[in-house]
Amino acid sequence: MPDVNRGNRPLSPFMIGQYYRPQLTSVTSILTRITGNAMIVAALMIVWWLLAASTGPEYFAYANGFVTSWFGDLVMFLSVWALWYHSLAGIRHLIWDNAMMLEIDKAEMLGWMVVIGSGVLTVFSVVVLW
Amino acid sequence: MAFLTDRKRATGWGAAKSGTEHFWAMKKSSVALLILIPFFVFTFGGILGSSFEEVQAYYARPFPAIVAALTLIVGFKHFNDGFQVLVEDYVHGIWEKILILGMTCISYGAAAVGVFAIAKMAL
Repeated sequence: MPDVNRGNRPLSPFMIGQYYRPQLTSVTSILTRITGNAMIVAALMIVWWLLAASTGPEYFAYANGFVTSWFGDLVMFLSVWALWYHSLAGIRHLIWDNAMMLEIDKAEMLGWMVVIGSGVLTVFSVVVLW
Repeated sequence: MAFLTDRKRATGWGAAKSGTEHFWAMKKSSVALLILIPFFVFTFGGILGSSFEEVQAYYARPFPAIVAALTLIVGFKHFNDGFQVLVEDYVHGIWEKILILGMTCISYGAAAVGVFAIAKMAL
């Protein structure tokens, strides 16, 4: 197939905005990938904090100071939201994998449930853990 | 080989010849994380910000230690599988392999460091 264009084709999700208007389903989908991959920052911070806690008081004070600083707090807060968002979006995918709720109105309802649910769970987590 | 028709050899493999295992692995780890994540958020979140002695005593208890270790093992496997799909979608050629190999090292390495730290405090 020498005539087939094998490069320079527009890739999803970079077609959003340029070729397609943003929709609830497409934006919630790309956010699932962004939140999932962004959580590596918090995950590595948690591993470092655990290593420091198992090493000794001085190293723990150093790592704990960073993780509980304003920057660490910001990363942890955003990651709690990302975690709940990604979890709820994951449930949505587990439902869709069974070919259920794929109708546009039901898919959009699931999208709103993920957006609103992640906000509610984040507020709940912050209130409980503060 | 001569006993199989071309059709029989092709059926079920798809164009990429693999992928079903990856899909199923992500599905398994995602369901496991749905159970582990709430436990982890409210055990780790509860002890974060405490003193060195309190953290050591907390992870000497079986429940928080086992939840944290399982979450790190399953979570980093799930992360690595997901990152692989991200790279396969957007990056091609040599960098596709370098990124997947590099993140696999980071994922398994970080999980090992975390489990080692928890085991040291727990035992």
